[in-house]
Amino acid sequence: MQEAGRTSADDSPVPGAATSTRRPGQRASRGRIAFYHVLLLGGLFLFWYVMTEPGLIPPFYFDDPTRAKFFFGQPIEVVKRIWTWFAGGSIYLHLGVTLIETLLAFAIGTALGLVLGLWLALSPTASSLADPYIKAMNAMPRVILAPIFAVWFGLGITSKVVFGVTLVFFIVFFNVYQGVKEVSPVVLANARMLGATGRQLLRYVYLPSATSWVFSSLHTSVGLAFVGAVVGEYLGSAKGVGYLIHQAEGVFDIDTVFAGILVLTMCALILDFIVTRIEGRLLVWRPRAAETERL
Amino acid sequence: MSTPALLLDRVTCAFASRERQGDRYTAVKDTTLAVGSGEFVSVVGPTGCGKSTLLNVAAGLLQPSSGDVRVLGQPLLGINRHSGYMFQAESLMPWRNALDNVIAGLQFAGVERGESKSRAQQWLGRVGLSGFEERYPHELSGGMRKRVALAQMLILDPEIMLMDEPFSALDIQTRQLMENELLDLWSADRKSVLFITHDLEEAIALSDRVIVLSAGPATRPIGEFAIDLPRPRDVNEIRLTPRFVELHTQIWHAMKDEVLKGYARSRKN
Repeated sequence: MQEAGRTSADDSPVPGAATSTRRPGQRASRGRIAFYHVLLLGGLFLFWYVMTEPGLIPPFYFDDPTRAKFFFGQPIEVVKRIWTWFAGGSIYLHLGVTLIETLLAFAIGTALGLVLGLWLALSPTASSLADPYIKAMNAMPRVILAPIFAVWFGLGITSKVVFGVTLVFFIVFFNVYQGVKEVSPVVLANARMLGATGRQLLRYVYLPSATSWVFSSLHTSVGLAFVGAVVGEYLGSAKGVGYLIHQAEGVFDIDTVFAGILVLTMCALILDFIVTRIEGRLLVWRPRAAETERL
Repeated sequence: MSTPALLLDRVTCAFASRERQGDRYTAVKDTTLAVGSGEFVSVVGPTGCGKSTLLNVAAGLLQPSSGDVRVLGQPLLGINRHSGYMFQAESLMPWRNALDNVIAGLQFAGVERGESKSRAQQWLGRVGLSGFEERYPHELSGGMRKRVALAQMLILDPEIMLMDEPFSALDIQTRQLMENELLDLWSADRKSVLFITHDLEEAIALSDRVIVLSAGPATRPIGEFAIDLPRPRDVNEIRLTPRFVELHTQIWHAMKDEVLKGYARSRKN
């Protein structure tokens, strides 16, 4: 979870430090890469189509030509299913529930991790007392808790949020803990010499340092909040994309299962994109590798 | 003599050894040191002799094992609120830009944001960094970061400036520039300065008085030299004057044995 290159930059001046400017050469190759990305995706779908369309190629593994379709679904059917979901509007409720669960789990897990991480990092007694329990809870395969939460909190949103929180919490907690421990003693002493009280140290030194570590784990924690929501839904719920997938699986509707997986993947990508944008805005002070301009 | 701005009275600092229990490492022993009001005092000594320890005691960041610290005649309790501290290592908050770093002290003191901002801008101008307000520390060169740290300290108008080899990480040209700038700023409103360095030339060029420390452990002052070079000085030119060379020879003679001792000790370990 640690990120490389967090050490302070070397002494060399970084004139301009205009790291956001892209080289013209780079942009061109980016366009090409994007083209290949699309090509690869198209190729995969084509492969999927060719392998599963009944009668298109002579059977070589399954005796029955419709068997491949049964096991792997068909891309056209999958796309059609997604289209009906979005065009008919039936998916929005489920997607909304999943996203709300994700956001709540992320927000609550982050808040708890931040508070507890700060507290334990700053209080040696509490930290040494809690240490084995934190370690044990982190080592425990927490997915197994999902059914218990379903029993405790019912099949609604709560059980998924609680489950997601248990996943997110530890990521944030360990990062905050690390962040506080990594505060440079010189920066700390300097802030004290500048007159910072204990409270101000917490607010202006420990917290910014810790949050920077939280941001660096943002991708992981948002991703895990999403996993928590979906797995929770899958194990027992009445709404959500995980629920849709579970239902479809129950009647061997593989096309719908794949459609659900694709929708989830797209959602995860969009979340990740948003996180990247937020991260870029909040961590402007981070040293990045200097980029020279090609003339 | 009037009350010194800063007085370390028979200060001893001993640290419990981390490797062997019960073992004790005495960094500083029975050191008495005074900085008069408006006086620029440098402390030189071989590496690892406990110079920084002494400064941390003066800053109130470290409690001496025994002995007293007096600031403007008052015994020091906790952090030394009358002093600013310039560290050897990077001390700026990396998540704040230059302006916000300079503001920090005023912010902690509860000064209104608009006012502190304009004062910080003035100070950045005074250390030659106008136009660099929005830069983050990693976007500044080493010398610029030192200037920000200097402005950050001076904006609080401390009566005493404690400086721990502040320019030792800089290249020689930048360093001489910074030394001249420091002298300019200092001569504007003569603060009391306790300047730690291992560089004898720097010490002589800047100071009114140079104190030589013995090699550690159990460091103590072994010599004190008044520097009677005329002010204002230019650190480049002053190095070439006969009186400078004379003082240098004299102090170096007193230091040499200690430096060799410190060197031998560091080779043994």
